[in-house]
Amino acid sequence: MSPVSTNNSTLVYNSLKASGVRIMSALPETWLVHLIRLAENDPEVSLVRLAKEEEGVGVSMGAHLGGVKSAMLMQNHGFLAAINGIVSGAQLYRVPLLLLISDRGWFGEKDPWQTEGGLLTRDVLRALRVPFETLRTPDEVSRKVSDAMILAYSSLRPVALLLSRSLMWEEASP
Amino acid sequence: MMRRVDALESVYPDLSECAVITIMGAVAVELHSLGHQQNFFYFEHAMGLASSMGLGVALAQPDRKVVVFDGDGSVLMNLGGLTTLARYKPANLVHVIFDNESLLSVGGFPTATKTGSDLAGIAQAAGSTCVETPPTVAAFAEVFKRALTAQEHTTIIVKVEEKGPALFDLGLSLLENRFQFMRWLERSA
Repeated sequence: MSPVSTNNSTLVYNSLKASGVRIMSALPETWLVHLIRLAENDPEVSLVRLAKEEEGVGVSMGAHLGGVKSAMLMQNHGFLAAINGIVSGAQLYRVPLLLLISDRGWFGEKDPWQTEGGLLTRDVLRALRVPFETLRTPDEVSRKVSDAMILAYSSLRPVALLLSRSLMWEEASP
Repeated sequence: MMRRVDALESVYPDLSECAVITIMGAVAVELHSLGHQQNFFYFEHAMGLASSMGLGVALAQPDRKVVVFDGDGSVLMNLGGLTTLARYKPANLVHVIFDNESLLSVGGFPTATKTGSDLAGIAQAAGSTCVETPPTVAAFAEVFKRALTAQEHTTIIVKVEEKGPALFDLGLSLLENRFQFMRWLERSA
């Protein structure tokens, strides 16, 4: 069994649906596998599999102007790869984005290649003035997802939720 | 070789019911010069994402025809986007790529299509099943009209002259354009 939490992935997914999300763009990453499968098997949601995360900004912009709520599922390195689109697409044109970013490379990370990205994800979000909260425990997921979408729509700007290791990964550190 | 503005003019009357998205630079200015409409969105930055945005509109409003006027420089910055479009083949999206083999608005630096990269070949190899390369304005207009009525995602690659407008300012605020376009999509949804 994969240590990625099925229950908490389902909780995040259901919260996105409850916030009205009907288009999700994604690039696979370990922590996102259940979320992506849920979207894939849901006839009410269009899953857009991307080659690179920046495309998702364009997809979400088009979806918003076309009247449909969307979310972007990505790893923090995917967020780093999407920055120009976020700045010169979504922020320039004041388009709400909901970014769900798996918070790799932070405390408990065993993969060395994730650690540089983990170190600066928060600072880059701050530099871009993208407001963010971290989802740490199941009880806060539904409220924070809903609040993130509300803020994205009232501010007409990107808003991010960091998916933490404690929420997404069930294997305890040795 | 054909001029991009002539190609745009030849299909301009067909655009009134379509959601039209252009890239920045000459394509935006030349379409705007033919007469702005509320259903035209000029994506004035984020190079490469015009076609991704077209996919978003096409998914959000599957009954609407969406037209993207793209360019070689922009497409080369998001070649992965061609594979995404080919994966979903949105039947209501017509993707026109004007290839002038140049980054014209910054001074005419040659792109890789100048040195042999073939966008039609790339689009086909990405998995697009309907790729057209009309050699004349008349052929372009014919292919474009057919693409608008066909229920098939079509990519049209048009070689055009490396010439553009003297100025790149549209005199239209980016945000005004964005809200106009959204209202139009809302009204006629």
